[in-house]
Order: sequence, then structure tokens, then C-alpha cells
Amino acid sequence: MSSTTLGAERVTKRFGAREALREVSFQATSGERLAIIGPNGAGKTTLLSILSGVQEPSAGRVTHPPEIIGWVPQQAAVYGKLSVAENLRLFARLERCSDVEGTVDRMLSLTGLHERADDEVGKLSGGNKQRVNIAVGLLGDPDVLLLDEPSTALDPRQRELLWEFISSLAEGGTTVFFSTHNVGEAERYADRVLVLADGELLYDGPPRELIGAERDFEAAFVRFLHERGH
Amino acid sequence: MRWLFLKDLQILRRSPLLLVVLVVYSLALGVAVGLSRGSGPTKPRVAVVNQIPQAERKFDLGGETIDINTYARQLFDAIDPVPAKSPADALAKVRDGDAIGALVVPADFVSKLRGFANFTSNERPSVTFYYEGDNPLKSRYVRSAVTSRVADLNRALSEKLAAQASKYLDYVLHGGDVPLLGQVLGLEKAEQILRQVQDRLPGKDAQRGPLGQVADFAHVAAVNLALAKPLLGTIGRPVQADERILNASAGSDDAYTFAIALSIPLMFVCVLLGAGLLALEREENAFGRLVRGLVSRTGIIAEKTAIAATLGTVAAGLTLAVLVATGSDVAAKDLLAGLVVVVVGGLAFGALGVALGAAAREVRAASLLAVLVLLPIAVIGLIPVGLASPHLYDAIRIVSGFFPFRAVLNGIDEALRGQGMAERLLHLAGLLAGYGVLARLALRRFG
Repeated sequence: MSSTTLGAERVTKRFGAREALREVSFQATSGERLAIIGPNGAGKTTLLSILSGVQEPSAGRVTHPPEIIGWVPQQAAVYGKLSVAENLRLFARLERCSDVEGTVDRMLSLTGLHERADDEVGKLSGGNKQRVNIAVGLLGDPDVLLLDEPSTALDPRQRELLWEFISSLAEGGTTVFFSTHNVGEAERYADRVLVLADGELLYDGPPRELIGAERDFEAAFVRFLHERGH
Repeated sequence: MRWLFLKDLQILRRSPLLLVVLVVYSLALGVAVGLSRGSGPTKPRVAVVNQIPQAERKFDLGGETIDINTYARQLFDAIDPVPAKSPADALAKVRDGDAIGALVVPADFVSKLRGFANFTSNERPSVTFYYEGDNPLKSRYVRSAVTSRVADLNRALSEKLAAQASKYLDYVLHGGDVPLLGQVLGLEKAEQILRQVQDRLPGKDAQRGPLGQVADFAHVAAVNLALAKPLLGTIGRPVQADERILNASAGSDDAYTFAIALSIPLMFVCVLLGAGLLALEREENAFGRLVRGLVSRTGIIAEKTAIAATLGTVAAGLTLAVLVATGSDVAAKDLLAGLVVVVVGGLAFGALGVALGAAAREVRAASLLAVLVLLPIAVIGLIPVGLASPHLYDAIRIVSGFFPFRAVLNGIDEALRGQGMAERLLHLAGLLAGYGVLARLALRRFG
């Protein structure tokens, strides 16, 4: 039986008078793939950053946080002046990995970046930067991996590889949260979708149930938002 | 934190142009500011005590009237005089920061000058000039102003004294109607009279020999005194200027120059690197990743402060090595004490930079903010006592107290002079803590 790995309990986040998240609650289980979707400004990135520990909620709490959460922000959070291997080595040391060189080697293999190991990250393509970004997020062998719009900078082939990789992680027991604007990806690669709009959690369930009578997930998603006044 | 420190070094090593420009710019600025400080562009405030009685300020010398007020006005063109009631009052004004130096003209100035001019006394008149001994550059301009005005007075007086002495020589040589003494014979006429008397005496008269000797003496004296006349023009300095240093300390004349040359590069390197390196963490989107349990926010502040201070100290150390290599009288133990101030000052500057970086959040904005803050700090930090009005100076001193520059400058100066710098170090430690707290508060909205 799958165990609960991470959840939110009435999580609220305010920026001044603006409420970015309003009493959001859910639970995730190990090996589950959760997509967070919603229009721009819905609070997707805010929710992920609170789950990752980058931001503190204004009210409510994050439940069952595991010891290690992998965090892959939307913009590559790596140093452009360092090489791929140097970035991985630095973050492996900061993550206190027991075998730094072994971990770096494994991540280079996992992301297919062995040949670019000595290249400065600042000189890599957007797709390769994102691979380094994901590799850094995976350094500590996290129980939960949070990805903020991971496929944005990737071409179709790279995107395919990314989702294959993410699926394999989930099969290995890693809980994966990802936000995306591509609702088709959410339908294809998520076990559950969380629909956020104006900071409110409108839907939490399997993608098929959101489709209902509609044939197209994207059309169903738009109809769903319309029905709820968004 | 160690790995973050090494990472920053690695990033900086890959930006050699940036580092070279930063260090060269800071050093050039330090030298330029040091030179401009030496030239003293504005009138320094000098406390002046003129004890000459009002009635004696105009006096006659060799038939010409000397007006002391004329020379005082010339002096006051070069300084901003602060009237003082007594020497003690003048010194108090210097110690309180109302003036950079004090000039005391004693009551017996005119009587001594008269005695000297009339050859009735060998005691020369003097004025006494007190100046702050805490740094040579600060006092250089005002010393120069006072001594050049005294030189002007000496030049004018020496001409008159020479003319006066010349007249006396003429009386001795040629005779004439001397004031107070009446008719004087003169050596030339004395010789003529003696020769006439000698000629009238019988050839074997015993008085002829001695009379001849006296006449010869009168001749030789007249010739020699005539030769001495041009030499009177060399009476150069009838008025003495006694210089007295307040807070005099043993130590190097290079101290203040060194302090400026070290403080400015230290400030620029530390603040710009502290601000830039912190803002870079945000621009690289790495800040959020780091504070997720990898490094605490306080740890990041400490690391950025430390790396900025380390590189600033290296820059200051290189500057010091160059200065010492070009010749210096600073003692080795004082150099080490100066480096202690450089290290603590570097930490305070680094923390200031980190606070600015946390407030600006972007590298370019942080760099611009740092330069905008640093230039006024440097300028007001270099304003010496006496160049501004007392109230303005008090305000400058208070504002300067909130920034490390003046404490570092004075701390290095004191250290290089072999004085204690504990007060400055405590001040800098307080600023380090204060900026650390400000940076920590600013980081709450940083990510």
C-alpha cells in the first residue's frame, strides 16, 4: 500500500493584500505523479515553492515533509560560470552526498550530459540547462521531486525523454509534482491533477474524471474553469 | 559554507577582467583622492589669537610705518580665521574640532621686533602655530598657509630692517644727524681729522705712531663696514614661526597617506563584491535552491561577507606591499596592526555590500547602488576637522559613524602610527553586526 509522502493542510499565502493561495489542502502518496495546472497567476509556482521549503506559508502547513525533497525551479538554478560537473559537484557537496564523485557520475549518465560535463552551463542550450537543473534536483535521491514547468524550454524529443525519465522515477517510488501549462502533458503523464485558479484549489482527482463527457482534455479543462467563473 | 566560498572564488577566477578593472579602478581612485586631499582646495579654519595691544598694531620701523593688520588680512585670505580669546581658548577650539590649527601672536611681538630692529636685543619676535598631529595631510595645507604668510611678513620686515641697519652704517661711516643722538662724526671724517692732527705733529713726536694706528684702524673699519652693507640684505627671518603639534605621536609620516591608499580600494572591492556576489545568487536562481536546507540565510550572508573581506584584504595587502616597496618609515609591527584593521574593516565593508545586494536584489542595481553610496561616504569621510563649519562637521561625523570608511581610515592611520586602535575595531565590529542584521532582514524578501 502506498504511503502518504507530502501534503498541504489549509495552506494560504499572502503577498501584502493579495492572496496567492487560499486554504489549499491535499495529500500525495509515494510513486504518485501529480500535475498542478491552472491559468497564469493561479498560484502553481507559489504552491510548489512552499512545498519545497523555499517559501513559508502565511497560514496552514505542509504535512509529512520527507527528509529530502528535490526541487527543480522553472528557471535553471545553476551557476552559468561553472561547468556541468562543477555545478553537480558543488550541489552534491552541499547536499552532503556520501560519494560526491559517484553521484556526479550517475547524474551525468542519467541526464546524458557526460560529453558536456566540462562545458560551462552558461554556454549550453536551454534544453541542456534544464537537464542540469533536473540533475541537481535529483542529487540527494529525493523521496519527492517538485518540478516547476519542466518541459518549457525543451524541444519535442527532449520533452519525450524528460517524461520517460520522470515516469521511471515514479515507478521507483519517487513522488513527482509538476506544474505545467500544457494540459495535454498533465493528462498523459499525471496520475492526479490539481487545478488551481486565483489561489483556490478547484479540482483534485484523476484527469479522466475532469474530462467527463468531453473528448478533449484541454476543452474539458477550459469548460471546467468557465463553469467556476474563471 | 566552505563550498559556497570556493564556488565564488571559482566564479571570480573565471571573470579576471572584472576583477582587474575593479582593483585597478579602486587603486586609481584611492591615489587620486589622496592627491586631491593633499592640495587642500578650501580655506581651513584656524583659531587666531592676536594678543598685540590695539595701540601697538601700527608701529614705526626705520621711518616707515608697519601695520600688522595688513599682514593679518593677507593671512586671512588663505585661511578662515576663528577668533579666540586666549591661547587656551584657541587650543580648545582645535580639540573640539572647530578649527584645524591655532595661531597665537604674543603681546610682546612688537616690542621684541623693535628691540631686534634697533639692535638693542637679540631676541627675535615669534608667532606660535599649533596644528593637529593626527595626520600630516590634514595639516599640510594650513601649515603651508601660515608659514607662507609669516615668510611674507619676514620678507617685508627684513627689507625694512636692512634699510634701517644701512642707515646706521651710513652714520657710522659718514656721520650725520642721528635721531635722539644728535650729530655723529663718522669713521671717514674721524680718519681725516686724525691724519690732519698727525701731519701737524713734529716728525719725532711720540704721538704720531699711535695716531697713525688709530687712523689706519678707522680706514680699515670704514672699508669693511662699506663691504658689510650689502650683507645686511641677507637678514632673512626676523620673525620666528614656532610649530607645535597637538596630540603628537611618534610614528610614521606615511601613515595617513597609506591609510587613504588602503581604505579606498578596500572599501570598493569589499562593498562591490559583497553586493554583486549576493545579488548573483538571485540572478542565477540559485538562492532559492540554497536556502532549502543547504545553507541558511545567515550562512549565505556570512559567506559573502567573508569572501568580500578576503579579496578586499588581498587587494589592500598588495597595495601595502607596493607602498612599502617604494619606501616607507612604517615599523613592521605597525604594518601588522594596520592589517588587523584592514581585515576587520573588510568584514564591515563586506557586510555593508551584502546588505546593499540584499536590498537591490539584482547585480546591476546592486553595483550602481554600491557606487552611489560609496562615493559620498568616501568624500565625507575625508573631510578634515576645520574645513567645514562646526555644526556641519558634527553632522558629517555622525553620518560617517554609520559607515565603516572613516573608522577604517583612522584605524589604519592610528595602527601605522603605533597607537591603540581598539576603539576603531569595536566600532567596526558594531557596524559588521548592524549590517549583518540589515542584510538578514532584507533577505526576507530576496528570493
